[in-house]
Amino acid sequence: MFWKSTYNEFIKIAAKPRSYIGVGAITLIVGIILFAMKADGMNFISFVTAPFEQSLSFEGNILNGNLIAFIILQMLIIHVPLLIALVTGDLVSGEGAMGTIRLLLTKPISRTKILFSKYLAGCAYTFIILLWMGFMALIVGKWLFGTGDLMVLNSDGLIVLQEPDLGWRFALGFSVAFLSLVTVATLSLTLSCFSENSIGPIVSTMAIIILFNIIGALEVPVLQKIQPYLFTTHMMAWRSFFEDPLPTEKIIHSIIILLVHIVGLLGIAMYKFNKKDILS
Amino acid sequence: MPGEDKIIEVRHLVKHYGKFKAVEDVSFDVFRGDVYGFLGPNGAGKSTTIRTMLSLISPTSGEIRLFGKNLLTDRNYILQRIGCIVEKPDFYKYLSAEKNLEIFARLSGVSVTKSKVHEIIEFVGLKGREKDKLGGFSHGMRQRLGIAQTLIHDPELIILDEPTTGLDPQGIIDIRNLILQLKNERNKTVLLSSHILSEIELIATRMVIINKGKTIVQGSVSELLNAQELIVAFSVNNIEKAKQLLANASLDKTIDKIEHNSMLLHISQEKIPVVNKLFCDNGVDVYSIEAKRKLEDYFLKLINA
Repeated sequence: MFWKSTYNEFIKIAAKPRSYIGVGAITLIVGIILFAMKADGMNFISFVTAPFEQSLSFEGNILNGNLIAFIILQMLIIHVPLLIALVTGDLVSGEGAMGTIRLLLTKPISRTKILFSKYLAGCAYTFIILLWMGFMALIVGKWLFGTGDLMVLNSDGLIVLQEPDLGWRFALGFSVAFLSLVTVATLSLTLSCFSENSIGPIVSTMAIIILFNIIGALEVPVLQKIQPYLFTTHMMAWRSFFEDPLPTEKIIHSIIILLVHIVGLLGIAMYKFNKKDILS
Repeated sequence: MPGEDKIIEVRHLVKHYGKFKAVEDVSFDVFRGDVYGFLGPNGAGKSTTIRTMLSLISPTSGEIRLFGKNLLTDRNYILQRIGCIVEKPDFYKYLSAEKNLEIFARLSGVSVTKSKVHEIIEFVGLKGREKDKLGGFSHGMRQRLGIAQTLIHDPELIILDEPTTGLDPQGIIDIRNLILQLKNERNKTVLLSSHILSEIELIATRMVIINKGKTIVQGSVSELLNAQELIVAFSVNNIEKAKQLLANASLDKTIDKIEHNSMLLHISQEKIPVVNKLFCDNGVDVYSIEAKRKLEDYFLKLINA
């Protein structure tokens, strides 16, 4: 019954027009970035490399598909949560708003199974969105710009990662990015259990992300104490896979924080969904 | 009682929302084969009771047993045997009628074939519209699809909460006929909540009336209504003479209203032929005798008591 319910959830997500907003938006934004880089990418690169040109000389194809993918991932990972929340924030509350929750919860399947099937479908949607972003950034980027070593600028300076060393870094980077987006999906699903309309959970999810990002950016001692525990602090953990040497402990710490958020939020969602009186 | 086999047993059901008492003490029994009327004014607690029976709402106290099992411990066993519409039948508007039925059939706990889906669509009169998305469906068509959804897994018990709300007169007749078909052709037990009393009077075999969250009365419709005075309209050729005859006769009756050649009498059933004979023997021609709004009158008496 669980898999039948999950299959139902896939059908519903696939049939909803709003599910395609994310795919469309990513196609459009990545398309614009690729066009801009093709048109004037070297100027953008020289702006980054200029401070180093007195002591270093750059050779080869710097503006390549790997760099484009890295830039796109860095730019979009902040905005993709909105596209994810558009769908996952609607998974429970949308049923309440439509009135279908009354029928759904009178079927011989437990509420826990219904919630988990919705969650699984939401995670699959998140994966598809990220996969599409990866395809557009990495595959289309390499097709348009060719391949080469990846030049990464971080707080320690400029790191050049050789091309044969990049495949696993992108794979693991995308995996951790997926985990951070799943945390957002879990948050919006949890908020969805508390609401009878779709807008509330979507707006609340974004408001929480913005609030946490602001708290994360403020250098106030009292706030700095909680910053390590906010999931938003670890949403850029994927970037650590492009450091050399790899900060393994930092990555594991981030993964644990994200997993704790996922488990905690799912627990709240399950409790609320199971206790909820359906009055709509 | 049809078969004496209790399908629903509700005992001292209570549901409070904080200080608000939605249901205070509701008890009733539904037997296999009943078309059971569940009556009460708006806010009486009908929908709360039905939602509690379907595990949409958790009760504050009381016991609900369906098919001999406790709802709290055997929820899935019970729900597999029930088809229901709670208030209005809402579906996924972005899916076709057929896809909607398939979605709910998959969760019904039994295997439902495509041909079964088409058979049910035909039964409720939606053949030819099954591929259409629900956005273009009228309220009546959605109500029919709601009935189809209740039948898709061939349940033993069908619970319909206000199934005729918002329907036009033809839609109401169609739903009434569908319910009668369910009872007569498919041998289903139907619990029907409504405040359209004439509907209940026409199709229900037994009923319960609740008010302010409490059971007031339950029993066989015919017994409950026969025990009461009827309101009977006598249409005659000479209303003044008929009035005079009634005034002189020692009959236990009350003249409720006189309109043109018709008078409404509060009278017991056995007195109808006596009045008819009185008129005929004294030269008053009787054109028609019509019992009116028995249940409505009975209902209002109980609610206002």
